[in-house]
Amino acid sequence: MSDKSTDAYWKANVRIITICMVIWALVSFGFGIVLRPLLAGIPVGGTDLGFWFAQQGSILTFIVLIFFYRSYMNRLDREFGVEE
Amino acid sequence: MSQFAINLIFVGASFALYIGIAIWARAGSTSDFYAASRGVNPVVNGAATAADWMSAASFISMAGLIAAVGYGNSTFLMGWTGGYVLLAMLLAPYLRKFGRFTVPDFIGDRFYSQTARLVAVISLLVMSITYVIGQMTGAGVAFSRFLEVDNTTGLLIASGVVFIYAVLGGMKGITYTQLAQYCVLIIAYTIPAVFISLNLTGNPLPQLGLFSTHTESGQPLLQTLNEVMMELGFNDYTGNHGSTFNMVLFTMSLMIGTAGLPHVIIRFFTVPKVADARTSAGWALVFIALLYTVAPAVGAMARLNIITTLWPDGIQGEPLSFEERPDWMHNWEQTGLLRFEDKNGDGLIQYYNAANPPQRAIDEGWEGNEMVLFNNDILVLANPEIAQLPGWVIGLIAAGGLAAALSTAAGLLLAISSAVSHDLIKKMINPGISEKGELLAARISMAFAIALATYLGLNPPGFAAQVVALAFGLAAASLFPAIMLGIFSKKMNSTGAIVGMLVGLLSTVLYIFTYLGWFFIPGTNMLPNTPDNWLFGISPLSFGTVGAILNFAAAYITLSFTKEAPAEIQELVESIRVPKGAGAAVDH
Repeated sequence: MSDKSTDAYWKANVRIITICMVIWALVSFGFGIVLRPLLAGIPVGGTDLGFWFAQQGSILTFIVLIFFYRSYMNRLDREFGVEE
Repeated sequence: MSQFAINLIFVGASFALYIGIAIWARAGSTSDFYAASRGVNPVVNGAATAADWMSAASFISMAGLIAAVGYGNSTFLMGWTGGYVLLAMLLAPYLRKFGRFTVPDFIGDRFYSQTARLVAVISLLVMSITYVIGQMTGAGVAFSRFLEVDNTTGLLIASGVVFIYAVLGGMKGITYTQLAQYCVLIIAYTIPAVFISLNLTGNPLPQLGLFSTHTESGQPLLQTLNEVMMELGFNDYTGNHGSTFNMVLFTMSLMIGTAGLPHVIIRFFTVPKVADARTSAGWALVFIALLYTVAPAVGAMARLNIITTLWPDGIQGEPLSFEERPDWMHNWEQTGLLRFEDKNGDGLIQYYNAANPPQRAIDEGWEGNEMVLFNNDILVLANPEIAQLPGWVIGLIAAGGLAAALSTAAGLLLAISSAVSHDLIKKMINPGISEKGELLAARISMAFAIALATYLGLNPPGFAAQVVALAFGLAAASLFPAIMLGIFSKKMNSTGAIVGMLVGLLSTVLYIFTYLGWFFIPGTNMLPNTPDNWLFGISPLSFGTVGAILNFAAAYITLSFTKEAPAEIQELVESIRVPKGAGAAVDH
């Protein structure tokens, strides 16, 4: 594989990691903690959406993120011919 | 059959299973011993990672921690799961591609420096040894409560079992026992949780029950819990009553600390391919989430259960009398983890927040909260008794608590022994050692590590409760940034990495010792551990995040006035960034 395509592969990887990290931070530090007051108006079972994100939603989002990243990378590996 | 006999059967059967697996999965080579010959199925590795990761603290203490504070302790839930996203995307696939056996091995080779390797070995040993003390004491507590043996005997039995399967099987034996231990612990955790959720809300899924209607009051469970807690003078359960800033920093410290713990990272060396490392991280989090989404439900429901047990007719009614208190309270009072004191001598238990007493307490002149001690650990262990479940569920909880403690202890012991036999002996002291010699050295190091852990478990240093914070702080501030820089910064050189690790390590240790005492010796702290004295209001427990930032900053500043990494190292970094060719690096 040429250096050029190694670079392009790595750039694409870093780009998707950045996107995933933004969502990772948004659901936990964002919805679960800092932005919770903004979600206070959305009731969920006796409390609000921010509490749900802090105790359930962020964990579920983390799982989705990892499996999304895995399939995305499997496709990217094949596209660039770097799969094992 | 007596409860003791039931507990003995459950614990004995699970131990026999672990030893059986050990004999079946003996290690024949160093590759077997360190990395199970890289032949572990990614889903199996996910379950083993979950057991490796979920310690006595996750199984026994976490639900109680959440119940004690409510929303504020959601930090543990997000922090101890969010680290897996970092592992899956930033560390695990590239470390698997690199194809070595230990974390210091990566740092030493990538930064072409024995000094870097030694710094990594030292941080690994400090964090893993402090962490293993908690597991051994946890196993001792579970033994003494459920099997009516004293703490010392319990601990010796536990280390004997770990000795058999860890020394014999190494990573291979540990992997398959961890798989079995995961099954035991998740069943033990889920069954009482389903029953308590059914009891309170009619919903069998605790994750949904937490947000469902409380059958008895006809309104949402969390609303009822908030109301009764406020009536007793406590903060409401779902509100934020702490510093948002520290909540963010603490959660971040737990996340990057999790991703930097060597005993977790080495689990990803056992899968066949780079793509499997990503898959495995996903499955690990699925298996972890099965416990971590249930724990907050157990916490809230058990808290409500305990309050309604003590106040059967509500805060305005008659409190529970000492005479009529249920059997589980008697049982746990004997362990010293639960204590009542009839301060006003009326034969009734008044449980409330004496710092903010409700009106009735003032009117009737109560003399203080009469449930003077309720250890957080009781919550999960006594859950089946509180929910009046049959005896076999209690036996299951005993086996589950021990599985959680032993699986984590084994993972830590492997990280310790491989750092000694592979990094210290093979890579630094005696490079000419044969494969057989190294395997023997690994087994001897393992035996020593178990002996040391047992000794420390029997004579826990006074700071046992603080050490987990130290372990996470060190992992966050030293290893995580160094590994990440090694992958994501091609030019990072050895001086930068070493300066970064030392700055991260020392700043974190200094900050923690300043407030918690030198080596945690009470009275030697230089500043009182209160928010007014903290630097910018940062709690010592949350400092790992700051240590990590200092590590990154110091590394880049050093790099800016030293020569960048040599060309062959930069090529090495390029090669670990792509999955292709992982097989070739294995026997390097």
